[in-house]
Amino acid sequence: MEIIESARPVYAILVSLLAVVLIGISGKYPNLREMWTMLASVLKFGLVVSMLPTILAGKVIEYHVTRVLPGLDIAFRVDSLGMVLALTASFLWIITSVYAIGYMRSMDEHAQTRFFMCFAIALSSAMGVAFSANVFTLFVFYEIITVSTFALVAHEETSEAIKGARKYLTYLLGTSIFFFLPAIFLTYNYAGTLDFASQGILSGKASYTIVSIIFVLYIAGIAKAGMMPFHSWLPSAMVAPTPVSALLHAVAVVKVGVFTVIRILLFVFGIDLLSKIGLGTYLAYFASFTIITASIMALKQDNLKLRLAYSTISQLSYIILAVALLTPSGITSSIMHITIHAFGKITLFFVAGAIYVTTHKKNVSELDGIGRQMPFTMAAFTIGSFSMIAVPPFGGFISKWYLIMGTFEANLIPILIVIVASTLLNAAYFLPIVYAAFFKQSKSGEVHGIKEAPVLMVVPILMTAAGVLILFFTSPLLLNLVKIAVAGALGGSY
Amino acid sequence: MIELLAKYNYWIVIILLTTGLYGVMARQNLIKKIIGLNVFQTAVLLFYVSMSKIEGGTAPILINHGHGPQPLFDNPLPQVLMLTAIVVGISTTAVALTFVTLIYREYGTIEEDQILELNKHND
Amino acid sequence: MIKHLPALLIVIPLLVAIITPIIGRLHWVLSWYAVTITTFISFVISLFLLQTVLVQGRISYWMSGWKPPFGIEYAVDYLNAYVLIIVSFMALAGAIYSRKNIEVEIEDENRKPLFYMIYLLFVTGLMGMVVTGDIFNIYVLLEIASLTGYALIALGKKRRALVAAYNYLVMGTVGATFFLLGIGYLYLMTGTLNIADLAARLPEFYQTKAVFTAFTFIVVGLSIKLAIFPFHFWLPNSYAHAPSTVSAVMAATGAKVAAYVLIRVMFTVFNPEFYLHVPFNIQYILLILAVAAILVGSIMALAQTDIKKMLAYSSVGQIGYIVLGISLMSVTGMMGSLIHLLNHALMKGALFFAVGAVVYRTGLTSIENLRGLGKKMPWTMAAFTIAALSMTGVPLTVGFVSKWYLAVASIESGMWWLVPIILLSSLLTAVYFWRILDSIWLKPAPGEESLEHGHNSHQTPVKSNDAPLTMLIPTFTVAMLCLVFGVFAYAPVSLVEKAAMILLK
Repeated sequence: MEIIESARPVYAILVSLLAVVLIGISGKYPNLREMWTMLASVLKFGLVVSMLPTILAGKVIEYHVTRVLPGLDIAFRVDSLGMVLALTASFLWIITSVYAIGYMRSMDEHAQTRFFMCFAIALSSAMGVAFSANVFTLFVFYEIITVSTFALVAHEETSEAIKGARKYLTYLLGTSIFFFLPAIFLTYNYAGTLDFASQGILSGKASYTIVSIIFVLYIAGIAKAGMMPFHSWLPSAMVAPTPVSALLHAVAVVKVGVFTVIRILLFVFGIDLLSKIGLGTYLAYFASFTIITASIMALKQDNLKLRLAYSTISQLSYIILAVALLTPSGITSSIMHITIHAFGKITLFFVAGAIYVTTHKKNVSELDGIGRQMPFTMAAFTIGSFSMIAVPPFGGFISKWYLIMGTFEANLIPILIVIVASTLLNAAYFLPIVYAAFFKQSKSGEVHGIKEAPVLMVVPILMTAAGVLILFFTSPLLLNLVKIAVAGALGGSY
Repeated sequence: MIELLAKYNYWIVIILLTTGLYGVMARQNLIKKIIGLNVFQTAVLLFYVSMSKIEGGTAPILINHGHGPQPLFDNPLPQVLMLTAIVVGISTTAVALTFVTLIYREYGTIEEDQILELNKHND
Repeated sequence: MIKHLPALLIVIPLLVAIITPIIGRLHWVLSWYAVTITTFISFVISLFLLQTVLVQGRISYWMSGWKPPFGIEYAVDYLNAYVLIIVSFMALAGAIYSRKNIEVEIEDENRKPLFYMIYLLFVTGLMGMVVTGDIFNIYVLLEIASLTGYALIALGKKRRALVAAYNYLVMGTVGATFFLLGIGYLYLMTGTLNIADLAARLPEFYQTKAVFTAFTFIVVGLSIKLAIFPFHFWLPNSYAHAPSTVSAVMAATGAKVAAYVLIRVMFTVFNPEFYLHVPFNIQYILLILAVAAILVGSIMALAQTDIKKMLAYSSVGQIGYIVLGISLMSVTGMMGSLIHLLNHALMKGALFFAVGAVVYRTGLTSIENLRGLGKKMPWTMAAFTIAALSMTGVPLTVGFVSKWYLAVASIESGMWWLVPIILLSSLLTAVYFWRILDSIWLKPAPGEESLEHGHNSHQTPVKSNDAPLTMLIPTFTVAMLCLVFGVFAYAPVSLVEKAAMILLK
């Protein structure tokens, strides 16, 4: 595999950091300030895309920044797996920025400068995670995301918001310090290095017991992946303004979490080692538990954002389940779902925000007949929901297809039951909303004309919904990228 | 047994050591603590000095300006070291007494328990 | 001239200290200049010494030309040079910082030049302890540093400072006297006071009770000076009530030098081999005490409302980390301890400096008092935040480096259970700093509560009333070093590695 030295990944990260400074200075001129965000997001996406051809050709980009301590380096390595996350996050940042501008201005929100600054830092760090070459670099950026998003979650500064933000911080930092960090110590101690490698760095270096302990510590420590029992931060974070929930909790924060799980499973442990110890199977069942439980809890939520939050928790565990199957199709499904779920979920959150802005409604029970008032928005919602339920021709179908194939490849038939059950549950908590929106009369009996959300919000919604459709039809393209990643993880045989 | 008693110098050191420490820890009066401290330091001084005594030795002063055969001398080094230690001890005592004077001026008492009481009230 | 640097390191400050009060009679600021210039010279000398050691190895300087072991030797190797730089740098930072600080905290004009004299003597004593190669010399300089230390603490404004100084005096003298007693035993058995010579002669006596007693007395004495649990009781009050410059410099240097002496005794005077002959498991005892210190320090810190007391208890915990690294008796563990000498000096120094700046502007040290200061004193609070994050062990700060080595060393030695303890104390540290950071940045200052938080983008500009420059520059510089050495940790670590390998060969 050819390695190319280039500082481009660093530039991709630095673009938004530079934007932070510029945003800060332009605080008094909202239009100028917003322009920096848009410029940075477009530039970032451009930089990421510019690296795509190299990656598609099977090469890898590396860049070593500095050595902090022996064994602890800050270094970057762009491979196809990282590309998927980077492309998804940076593209959706562009769209979310437009949406956020619309939302913040309609609501006349306070502290917008701080908001956009923290957004930029969070996205930089997401890039940092995507491009990390070793566990230490990943950990550093992982933590920066936690801290920068904290300010975003607490944005409203109401006592509710601060409480939610505290819970957020406690869960994320607590698991990081108590589980993730020891896992890193142990990995370094036994593997002698923290660099990611195709077949993992732990094979043959420690007894199965120790490897299992390290495994458990990692899984417990990566709370951003939303696995139970460390999932409570996600619903609590819903106190944030919707653009935050949308990008960060459907895309950046949570996808960083599952990405980290995938990265560590495949590049620190390696498929062979995990299969031998059978840890994949344990993780698969454990993830299944979260899938089902979260779906049931979603059913019970009336607050739309909370329902979406639990749906996210469930979908994240799909990704973990898929990678835990340790088979080509499984891994394919898991990586694809990073992108596919991102588009779907962000659409749904965008809609939630649009509804709130236009009608100040937050609960599912209030949404009767809203489809008539906001047809475009709810159409997008329908598309997003169908993607979640995995109905063709929507993107979610592709990842679920591969997931099912993966289940057969891994010979874990009971998991199939889990998949079917959860699909039914997904339908159970999404379809009623769609039905009520379009086919029921609004409760107060008022008949409004079409009164959509502001343009700056509707356009992004339609774009991401379109994305869901497009992903279905252009899935071979995404598949190309993912195949390279899977091949890398399996050691070149696909 | 006799041998143990013959080392009476060490016994004295031990007694002074423990007495001094007891004074420091158990007495409430600040001046008594300083006295205890001094006794404690004296114990160590005596320890070194007794160390310097050599059986059959005499005061380490050269006879005849160093010409000719010299008698057996005691070890001068520990004695000299203890001169330093005495100076240190005096300085410490001086500083300590200064503190006590100032404390008396500020608190009106030099009993530790009363001072603690006054401190608590001030919170 | 260059040959005499180790001696000049002590002699220059000593001489300047004597003339400082005389100069000060004209105007006390002249004393400040004298002290600042002198500490700067000392810092430069220490850099020279480090460079010489890196090039030619251990420096051996014979005082007045008398050959050791009969004469007093000043011996500088990697370990000394490293500690010396820390001490002289923090002394310099403290000197610069003190100018405005003592304006507020020492009101009597006549006392100010005296403060500088004592400060210089304090620094001299500390530096001397680090450079000397003679163990009795260490005792003498220890007492010089201690006595001046007591006096410095007593200069604090409140009358509690006097009581704190008195208590410290009593405990400290007991400790120093134990140390002296231990030296006596060593001399009794070997007939020498030179550290290198002791190292050569002691091994044949390792089995004897006398040597073991000597070791015990010395270690107990040093433990009192080092404020290791359970001898730490003097520390919180002393750090809390002393003038802020004193708290900062003492926290950054005093404990470090005491730790240095402990390491010197345990690993240069006594070989690691000694610990195999010893009746009970020294390693285990130190380990337990270290863990106790870490936990007690962190928990007590949580309970405090006065920020200086909180930082003092936090120091007790951090000293526990240093002892932890020592007790592991491995190269990695020693590296962790030694790097923590630097790191804690930087972190605690910055924190105390920042608090002193707050005292300068507001006169109070309660945590309550810090509300909303983020707007009024942004730079100072930024420095505080960086140092606080470093204490928690955030990667890319200096605190993480220490924790990394200690954790890796713990796992290497098979003592896995230490890692959760280290992490738990990090968490506790995070909690007690979080409360303060929350207060500083997220709460309105008292008196501004009526401002509505809401959906408006108006912000009434708050006056920035930050610390004066002579206070701000040392504070911020030291805080930035917490970041610099957190990212470019390689420089101090490689130095420390060399030192650790020599100690534990």
